[in-house]
Amino acid sequence: MDELQLLKDELSKRDAEIAKLKMALQEKEKQLSLRTDVTEEALKPLKQVNKLSNESISRYSRQLILPELGVTGQVKLTNSSVLIVGAGGLGCPSAVYLAAAGIGRLGIVDYDEVELSNLHRQILHTEDRVGMSKSQSVATTCHRLNSGVEYVPYHLALDSCNALPIISQYDIVLDATDNVATRYLLNDACVIAGKTLVSGSALRFEGQLTVYNYENGPCYRCLYPKPPPPQTVTNCSDGGVVGVVPGIIGCMQALEAIKIASGIKSSFGQRMLLFDAIDGTFRCVKLRGRQPSCPVCGDAPTITQLIDYEQFCGAKASDKDKAMNILEKEQRMSAKEYKTILEEKKPHILVDVRQPVELEICQLPNTKTINIPVSSLQKEEKISELRDRINQLKSNGDDKVPIVVVCRRGNDSQSAVNTLKQQLLDNNIEIKDIKGGLHSWSKNVDHNFPQY
Amino acid sequence: MEISLEFSGGAELLFDNNKKHDVILPDQKEKWNIKNLLVWMKDNMLRERPELFLQGETVRPGILVLVNDADWELVGELEYEIQSKDRIVFISTLHGG
Ligand SMILES: [Zn+2]
Repeated sequence: MDELQLLKDELSKRDAEIAKLKMALQEKEKQLSLRTDVTEEALKPLKQVNKLSNESISRYSRQLILPELGVTGQVKLTNSSVLIVGAGGLGCPSAVYLAAAGIGRLGIVDYDEVELSNLHRQILHTEDRVGMSKSQSVATTCHRLNSGVEYVPYHLALDSCNALPIISQYDIVLDATDNVATRYLLNDACVIAGKTLVSGSALRFEGQLTVYNYENGPCYRCLYPKPPPPQTVTNCSDGGVVGVVPGIIGCMQALEAIKIASGIKSSFGQRMLLFDAIDGTFRCVKLRGRQPSCPVCGDAPTITQLIDYEQFCGAKASDKDKAMNILEKEQRMSAKEYKTILEEKKPHILVDVRQPVELEICQLPNTKTINIPVSSLQKEEKISELRDRINQLKSNGDDKVPIVVVCRRGNDSQSAVNTLKQQLLDNNIEIKDIKGGLHSWSKNVDHNFPQY
Repeated sequence: MEISLEFSGGAELLFDNNKKHDVILPDQKEKWNIKNLLVWMKDNMLRERPELFLQGETVRPGILVLVNDADWELVGELEYEIQSKDRIVFISTLHGG
């Protein structure tokens, strides 16, 4: 009988423990709960403190003893909030250092989910989080490092409707985005809301950093009143990027935000840092001041509310490539159709228009591929090589020499078809591209073919 | 007149993928300024796709010009009178992250 009672007691004890754990879990989940909509309840004002707890004193001791920062600076940090827009190559390092330093509240905005190709630079995500919301992933990792910080992950794309309601709840904003349209949107929103914008960017082996709208200095539009032509903009997916480069720039964004929040001044208002990882140089240049004629921060602004930024820039507010459709249906073939050509050993010429370094990654099983990068299609020596091959096939008696153009995703190959037509001016050829490029080959023909 | 021209942020891809060019500008009657330097660069250095670097008589949007480590806006933009040994840098703005 005693034994039965003992078991019952034990059981109710465990039940109580479970209930307690459930409560704690709920609390944590609430803290990290994803915001997907700005109409959700506004954030409570950040709790302001005027002294540090003993735990905080121990935790931040190594930075507390710096006279430039001290207890006053740490208290200011604790009472400050930072919004990071973009949880990628720049957002990850900036988030982790802001969290470590003990910022009071950290908002993280990203519409995207974790992909395998992110992990070389977006270092707070993990292999088992592929497919998870990036902002949630960053919040989860940072929470493990410093649970004393309040994290607010937003799983949404910043746009003209939600930007101001979100931004106005934070003290400092970090531009860690990856596209032109969002950069203009963030700039205008920060000017309108009166927030300082710590802006970083990176591509290939280079990075840039500036603090905009700071102490009456210039804004992004003062520097760049007109958006760049879309064809001149390269994203990380096309141009490539070494992970450490956004890592360094993101760390510097965190540093400047920490300096501003703790009362040390930023070094990059009206200045730009240029980092070149190949040359190993950091160059700091002086920028123009705030422009009285600036349409958003000038003396007579014409932009007083947010506009349509995708339209303004002529480009999507993401760095995802979308499939283009330049060619007619008859000018394109599927990857499967090309497989048939190979199997039937039909005479043809395959032109791969990717960069040589990309051919080292993978190429179609054709030993006579001609590589003419899309940027070199106007170069005469490349075109004459192609002409020679065309003439060889012609002398074999084949009428209408078939030329097949391929690239990674089937965008460049389309414009290449048009350029080649103009360059060759030959009626005895038939040029087509492979729809969807190597990605389609991998998906529809050879599942073992790598995708990058 | 000897000056140095530098390119970064991808602008170098239009100039033989070379980030630094020491050039000698030929003597001419009128003073060298950035406006006629751009014309000279177009004729002598820019081999292909000039529209990726120039728009009208100036650089395309998204390219920042520096004269001796200062924004060209501070020294007169196109009208800046080039001095011997000047270092003029053309930076293509990066947008990735
Ligand atoms: Zn402005």
